[in-house]
Amino acid sequence: MSAIQTLGRWGIETTRGYGKAGVLLFRVLFHFPNIKKGFPLVIQQVYAEGVLSLLIIAVSSLFIGMVVGLQGYHTLVKFGAAQQLGTLVALSVTRELGPVVAALLFAGRAGSAVAAEIGLMKATEQLSSMEMMAVDPIRRVISPRLWGGFISMPLLTIIFNVIAIYGAYLVGVKWLGLDAGAFWSNMQASVDFHSDVLNGIIKSVVFGLVVTWIAVFQGYEAAPTSAGIASATTRTVVYSSLAILGLDFVLTTMMIGDW
Amino acid sequence: MQSQKTMDTLVGLLLLAAIISLTILAFKVSGLTSFFKPEGYKVTVLFDDIGQLKVRAPVKIGGVKIGDVVNINLDPTTYRAVVTLYIDKRVNDIPDDSSVSILTAGLLGDNYIEITPMYSKTYLKDGSEVQDSHSAMILEKLIGQLLFKIGNTGNGDKK
Repeated sequence: MSAIQTLGRWGIETTRGYGKAGVLLFRVLFHFPNIKKGFPLVIQQVYAEGVLSLLIIAVSSLFIGMVVGLQGYHTLVKFGAAQQLGTLVALSVTRELGPVVAALLFAGRAGSAVAAEIGLMKATEQLSSMEMMAVDPIRRVISPRLWGGFISMPLLTIIFNVIAIYGAYLVGVKWLGLDAGAFWSNMQASVDFHSDVLNGIIKSVVFGLVVTWIAVFQGYEAAPTSAGIASATTRTVVYSSLAILGLDFVLTTMMIGDW
Repeated sequence: MQSQKTMDTLVGLLLLAAIISLTILAFKVSGLTSFFKPEGYKVTVLFDDIGQLKVRAPVKIGGVKIGDVVNINLDPTTYRAVVTLYIDKRVNDIPDDSSVSILTAGLLGDNYIEITPMYSKTYLKDGSEVQDSHSAMILEKLIGQLLFKIGNTGNGDKK
């Protein structure tokens, strides 16, 4: 009997969690912050989540591009198709690797920081004191963070894509001696701006929203203890990684199915 | 925490880097040139069968790209494919009796259009229509013909 009770309580709590997350997102998106006061706050968050993530994004994208170039070259050369290396790298990076890996790194670098920050604010009762001063913590704290992540994620993905492709160029053309003209022209012939590049950016917009949403929600609903903050941070990274990979499959099916 | 001005500058730099990257993605990686297309002229060709030819497929003379396919339509009365080619205006002296064929790049590659120039002294211009066209080779049809021929010779031997 108690097992069924536990199951029931678990079900209610889970559903309530989703409901709370939905309400939080609704309040953030539809209670517009005062443009004049809110804009500097959003800029601060684009700095904290975007600019500060740039280093990890740039370095990892360079190495991912280089390694895809190297692996791709050694596979393609068996079929005498090494000229298609540019195509291989550009398609895999713009369609999948760019949005997904950038979002995973972003979840680890920025999402966990946002969750920890909000969780600590809650634990030290900064959020309730804001409410006491008639400052809406959703507008002052939550909303800029969500918008900041939402804006920085696509920017980081675009930069990731370009650096990764140049990493592959470095390996394929400068090191392994492919022809630079063939590298770029084969790439241009098969990469389509709309269906490859833009769809990748659409994916990253979705991932940006989901990652910051999870981070903000986990921070906001964290138990106000040090253990609560720790588990909120962990859950942010785990849930957002799972959400990114799952949503990536869904989005890819939709995009390939010409929706 | 940095001062608001430094932060604004850094965010501005991030935006700038992203915009530059997007431009690179658009023009260098995906070869998006339809915003400023090089000036050129349109030529239509009628084919019996275009195989896997797609819009944006390259048009070549002697292997050099001189334009692309901009439109593919079906002529409703003759049921032939009407393919519109957009050719760079620098290549304005293609004889109008040239033959146009659909070829395949490599064994499994994409289709492209190859123009073989002939000797006429009048040249193709905007809106002109090429008469001499060769359809795409379709592997299944070739195999079918081959099997048919083998079958026939087999019968002949029995008689």
